[in-house]
Amino acid sequence: MRVNFTVNGRPQEADDVWEGESLLYVLRERMGLPGSKNACEQGECGSCTVRLDGVPVCACLVAAGQVEGRDVVTVEGLADYAKHRADAHPGDGCASGTCGTTIQQAQRWQAKSVKGTDSQTGEGDQLSAIQEAFIDAGAVQCGFCTPGLLVTADEMLERNPSPSDADIREALSGNLCRCTGYEKILDAVRLAAARQGRQEEAV
Amino acid sequence: MAKRTPAGTPTDVTQGSRTKGGIGESTLRPDGTLKVTGEFAYSSDMWHEDMLWGHTLRSTVAHAEIRSIDTAEALATPGVHAILTYDDLPTEVKRYGLEFQDTPVLAHGKVRHHGEPVAIVAADHPETARRAAAKIRVDYADLPVVTDEASATAEGAPLVHENRDDHHAGHVPHPNIVHRQPIVRGDAAEAAKRADVIVSGEYVFGMQDQAFLGPESGLAVPGEDGGVDLYVATQWLHSDLRQIAPVLGLPEDKVRMTLSGVGGAFGGREDLSMQIHACLLALRTGKPVKIVYNRFESFFGHVHRHPAKLWYEHGATKDGKLTHLKCRIVLDGGAYASASPAVVGNASSLSVGPYVVEDVDIEALALYTNNPPCGAMRGFGAVQACFAYEAQMDKLAAKLGLDPVEFRRLNAMEQGTLLPTGQRVDSPAPVAELLRRVKARPLPPEQQWLTAGEAADVRALPGGLSNTTHGEGVVRGVGYAVGIKNVGFSEGFDDYSTARVRMEVVGGEPVATVHTAMAEVGQGGVTVHAQIARTELGVAQVTIQPADTRVGSAGSTSASRQTYVTGGAVKNTCEHVRERVLEIGRAKFGTYHPAWATAELLLESGKVVTDGGEVLADLADVLEGESVDLELEWRHRPTQAFDLRTGQGNGHVQYSFAAHRAVVEVDTELGLVKVIELAVAQDVGKALNPLSVLGQIQGGTTQGLGVAVMEEIIVDPKTAKVRNPSFTDYLIPTILDTPTIPVDVLELADENAPYGLRGIGEAPTLSSTPAVLAAIRDATGLELNRTPVRPEHLTGT
Amino acid sequence: MDFLRPAGWEEALAAKAEHPTAVPIAGGTDVMVEINFDHRRPEYLMDLNRIGELREWAVGDEHVRLGASVPYTQIMEHLRTELPGLALASHTVGSPQIRNRGSVGGNLGAASPAGDAHPALLSAGAEVEVESVRGVRRIPVEEFYTGVKRNALAPDELIKAVHIKKASGPQQFSKVGTRNAMVIAVCAFGIALHPDSRTVKTGIGSAAPTPLRARVAEDFLNAALEEGGFWDNGKVITPSIAKQFADLVSGACNPIDDVRGTAKYRRHAVGIMARRTLGWTWEQYRSAGTTLEGAA
Repeated sequence: MRVNFTVNGRPQEADDVWEGESLLYVLRERMGLPGSKNACEQGECGSCTVRLDGVPVCACLVAAGQVEGRDVVTVEGLADYAKHRADAHPGDGCASGTCGTTIQQAQRWQAKSVKGTDSQTGEGDQLSAIQEAFIDAGAVQCGFCTPGLLVTADEMLERNPSPSDADIREALSGNLCRCTGYEKILDAVRLAAARQGRQEEAV
Repeated sequence: MAKRTPAGTPTDVTQGSRTKGGIGESTLRPDGTLKVTGEFAYSSDMWHEDMLWGHTLRSTVAHAEIRSIDTAEALATPGVHAILTYDDLPTEVKRYGLEFQDTPVLAHGKVRHHGEPVAIVAADHPETARRAAAKIRVDYADLPVVTDEASATAEGAPLVHENRDDHHAGHVPHPNIVHRQPIVRGDAAEAAKRADVIVSGEYVFGMQDQAFLGPESGLAVPGEDGGVDLYVATQWLHSDLRQIAPVLGLPEDKVRMTLSGVGGAFGGREDLSMQIHACLLALRTGKPVKIVYNRFESFFGHVHRHPAKLWYEHGATKDGKLTHLKCRIVLDGGAYASASPAVVGNASSLSVGPYVVEDVDIEALALYTNNPPCGAMRGFGAVQACFAYEAQMDKLAAKLGLDPVEFRRLNAMEQGTLLPTGQRVDSPAPVAELLRRVKARPLPPEQQWLTAGEAADVRALPGGLSNTTHGEGVVRGVGYAVGIKNVGFSEGFDDYSTARVRMEVVGGEPVATVHTAMAEVGQGGVTVHAQIARTELGVAQVTIQPADTRVGSAGSTSASRQTYVTGGAVKNTCEHVRERVLEIGRAKFGTYHPAWATAELLLESGKVVTDGGEVLADLADVLEGESVDLELEWRHRPTQAFDLRTGQGNGHVQYSFAAHRAVVEVDTELGLVKVIELAVAQDVGKALNPLSVLGQIQGGTTQGLGVAVMEEIIVDPKTAKVRNPSFTDYLIPTILDTPTIPVDVLELADENAPYGLRGIGEAPTLSSTPAVLAAIRDATGLELNRTPVRPEHLTGT
Repeated sequence: MDFLRPAGWEEALAAKAEHPTAVPIAGGTDVMVEINFDHRRPEYLMDLNRIGELREWAVGDEHVRLGASVPYTQIMEHLRTELPGLALASHTVGSPQIRNRGSVGGNLGAASPAGDAHPALLSAGAEVEVESVRGVRRIPVEEFYTGVKRNALAPDELIKAVHIKKASGPQQFSKVGTRNAMVIAVCAFGIALHPDSRTVKTGIGSAAPTPLRARVAEDFLNAALEEGGFWDNGKVITPSIAKQFADLVSGACNPIDDVRGTAKYRRHAVGIMARRTLGWTWEQYRSAGTTLEGAA
C-alpha cells in the first residue's frame, strides 16, 4: 500500500508498504531516517519515540497505515522543531499551559535537508537545548537510547519547564538506558531546564 | 559490479576546537553530536541499494536429533533468494568458537539448545524471509536434556558434545564439564581447627542477560574480488575475523570488517552472532545482505552471564580474623563453551574476594548442559563469587557480633597481600579505605515519600507508580559490599593492542590521526584516545578513524582492558611518533638553538617546547612537507597460566576495587523493593576522563542492581527452553528503579599501568548486587541466598 | 494482509461485517507487538484512528460514556474526579508513550486477565457498548470477559464505548509488578465505595483466567458495614473485618504459576492490596470534605 504523511515538516510518500509494517520500519528503511531506534519493537524501551501529531508515541507500535495524512517528528527534526517552537513562543516559558506546537504550526516548518555523508561529524549543527545538554552532561554512552530519550525529554520540558526530579523520572520511565545508570540523563534534563529558564529570564 | 558504499558507513570523527583537553579533563565525546542528532550509524542502520534481508530459523526445542530439513516449499516463495543449511556450508570448517571451535555455524544432525540456528534465509523483505523460514520443515526427534550438575554428571548422562578434542578435554573429570580449576594453598582443613566460628552457605546466582539496547545486526556486501565487506557491531573485530574467514573459505584479507555503531555490549558481543550468516548469504546471492535481530531473537543470539551455584565455608577467630575458605563454584556454561574456561579461571582465582585468607581449598568448574550458552558478561566470573563471599562476610560478622564493615576492614587485602594463587598484589589495594568512605557518607533522609500535607508520593515508594503502598509495611535496610576484579586478559594470554598514529599538517594546523581496531561500544574509548593524543603530541585537533581490520588487533572491549591496553598502545605509538617529530625538528632547526640537542623536549599546544617552557618551534613548521605515520603493538606485562592441580601462578596483571553501600526500602508484606541510594567508592588509579569514569561506575552499579531485584532469564528445568525472551518479562531497571548513585573516586596510581590508570568498567557491577542483597536482609531479617530476589522470596510464597 | 481504513463508524461496522476476521487496531499497543514478533498475521487490519468519535467522552448525570479509543493519558488528566479508580489504573499502564496510545477499548478487546483497566471497571460498575450492522447492545463488564483473552464480542461487532458509573465515593487501584514503572501486572486489585447504594465493589486482575469481582468478599463486607452502621457512624473498620475481607478476596483468586509470579504469591498479594485499598478508601470516606480524586 501507499502511505502519505509529513515527517519533520516535509511531505513524504512511501510505496509498496507491507500492511504489517510499523511506522518505525517505514522511517528507518524507507525514509532514510534511522535515528529512531529499533531496540525492542514491543513498546518496552522507548528508543523509537517520535511525536505523532505532537504526542510522544512508540513508532514501533504505530502501524504504517495509521499515519496516513498525519504529522511525525523524529530525532532528526528535533533541533529544528525546538527552534521553531522557540520562535513561535519567544520567552513565554509555556506558562500559559498552551505551549507546544499545534499541528498547523508544525506543518508550516521544514527540517533542513538530510546532510550528506561528508558532514558526518555533525560539526556546525544547531542543536536544541536538550541535545546540547545530553552531550555536556555525559548522558550519552552507546547512544542507542538517546534519540528516544531526547524526543521524550524535549516534550516533557515543553509541558513542564521546571520539573522536579520525580517529575523527570516519571516522564522518562518509559525509556530504558542500559549504559548510564540514568544519573547523567537526569543531570542533562536538569541542565536543559536550567538553561531554558535562564534564557527566558533574559528575554 | 560498481563500487557502492552503503549508507551509514562509518567515517572519521574529527574533534576540533570545541574540546581541547588532554588526559584528566572531562572532554566531551567526539561522537556525541552524531548521537544526539540521530545521524550516528549503528549496525542496524546500514542500508545498501539492492540489499536483501537475512533471517535465521532457530530450533524450537533444546536437544534433539534433526532427522530432516525440507526447504523446498520455502525456497519456492517469491522474493526468496537463498536458503542455506549445514549442507550448504562451503568449506570443511563448519564450526567456530572463542576458545574452542565447538559451535556449529548451522546445526548439524542435532541441536543442543533452544534457539540454535538451523537454517538461514535471504529475501527481498524481512516479512518475505520470515514467511519463508516458517515454511521450512524440520523434523526433530527429542533427546533427553541435561540442565544442571546432577543431570550432566549422572551415570549414563547424555553427552552434550561427544568426542571432545579441545585442550581441556584431557583434564576434566567428566565430558560434560568444560573446564575445572582447583586452587589449593596452605591447609584449609587444619586452619579450620583454629576457627572460633564457622559459617557456610549455598548460594544461587540467576542467569543475567547483557540486554544491550542495540540488537545484533550488520550488513555484508560481496566484493568484486570474491571477498566480502562486513559492517557489524562487535567487541573485537579481529577475533571475529579469525572465526569468520575459515568458514567462508577466504583469506583474512578478503574479509574486510568495519565496526558500525554499537548499541552497548557488556560482553554479549564477544561471541559471533549473525556475522558468518550474513557473509554466507551475501556470497551465495551476490547481493548485500542485512540481518537485524529483533528483541526476541536477541535473547537467543548471544550468550548470557553464567548462572551459578556456590558452596562456601569460612572460618574466623573471635577477634575477627578469617582462618580459611573452602568453596566450590559450579557455573552453567550451557550448550557451547564460549568463554567458559576463562570465566572458570576468574571465578576460582577471585573466589576469596579482596580479603586475606592464607588457607584455601577452592574449586570452580563450568558445565556443558542443554541450557542457553553462557559466556562473557561484565564482571566475568567475579560477579557470582562476590555475591557469595559478601553474604558470607555478613554472616561471619553477625556471628561474631562485629559490625559488618569493621569485620571486612579487619580482613581487607592491601598492597603486598598474597592471593590464593600465590601472586603478590603489587599495586595499591585500598579495600579498607573504600569501605570507610561509603560508610562515612551521611544516610539519605527517611520516608522521602511524605509530601507536604498531601498523599504519599508513590514514586518514592516500593511499587512505584503501581500504588501498592502509602508507607504500610515499608522497612528500611542498609547493606555493604566490596569486590575485586582482574583487569585485562589473564592466565598467560598474549594481551596486546595495536595503534596507528599519523601526524601531519592540515590547513596549516598540526593534526593527529589515531587509527585502532578498538570497538567503541559506548564506553568512551574514542574520547580517551583523542585525549591521549593531545597530551602526548600537543595538538588541538585529533581525528579518530573508524575501527576496522586494516589496522592490527586492539583486543576485545572487555575485561576492563581497553583504556589500559589500547589506550596504552595509543600512548606508546604517540611517544614514538613524538620522537620522530623531534628528530625531524632537530634536522630542520637543530642548528638554531642548542636546546634541540640538550633539553628534554615536549610537544605542547602546537609547539615544541623545552621542559623549562621555552618554545623552540611551531609543530606546523616542523611538520611542513613531512608526515609521521607509525603502527605499533603494545602489551601489558605477561601473565602465567594457573597450574591445573594447584591453581598457583601469576595469572593476573592488575586489579580493580569498588565498594558499595545500598540503602533500600522493602514493602515487607508484598515483597517489593525500592533502592533509595547506592553509594560507591572506587579506586580508578587515574581518571583519564572523570565524566566518563562516573558514567561507567553508575552504569555498572545499575546492572548490579538489576540482577539483585529483577533481571533473570528463566529456563524451564524440564525442557531447557527459555520462558521470557522479551522486554516484557525480562525486566531491566527503569529510571524510577534506579536510585541516586553518589560516587567517590580514588586515584591511587598503579605504577605499572599507563598514566597509573586502572581498568574500571567491571568492578562496580560486582559489589552492587551483594550490597543490595545485604540491605534487603537487613530490612527483612531473611537469609536470602539467591539473586535476583523475587517477591516470593520475601513473602514466603 | 489488507489494511482497512474506515473513515467513519458506519463504514467500520460495514467492513467488520464483510470481514469478520479483521483485527481492529487503535493504539496498536497489543496488536503491533503480536505482528512485530510474528505471533499473529491477520488477514485484515482495520485502523480505528480515523474515527474521531471513538476518542470522545461525555460526562452524564450517572455515567461517563468513554469512547473506546480515549487514550489513558486523557483519562488521567480529565476524568480523575468522575473515574478515580480508572484514572489510577490508567497511570499504571505501560509507559507515558503507551498511555498516549493505549485505551480501555483495547484492554477490553484483548481481554487479557492482566489488563490494567479491568479491576477499575469491575469495581466502578460498567457496561460495554458494542455494535454491529445488526444493532447495538450493552454488555455488563462482568459478562464481557469469557475466558483467557476471550470476550463476548461477536465476530462482526466492534467496541464503541464504555459506560462507567460516576464515582459516588472513594476508589482505589493497586497493582503488583516487579519493577517500579512500565510493568505488566503480576496481579492487581480495584475497589470502589458506593455510598449512594451503600455497597462496595471490587475487581481482581491477573489472578484468574478472567478479571473478576470478589463477590463473596463484597457480600461479606457490605453486610458487615451495614450491621455495624459504619456508613453512618463513619467509624474505623475493625481489623477483623478488614482481615476477613482480605482473606475472602484472596479466596476469590484462581491464579496460575508463570514467569511473572507464583499462584501462591498472587493470592497473598491480592489479599494485602485488598486490605490496604479498603483502608485508604474508607479513610477517605470518613474524612468528610476530602476530594474523591485519585492521585493519578
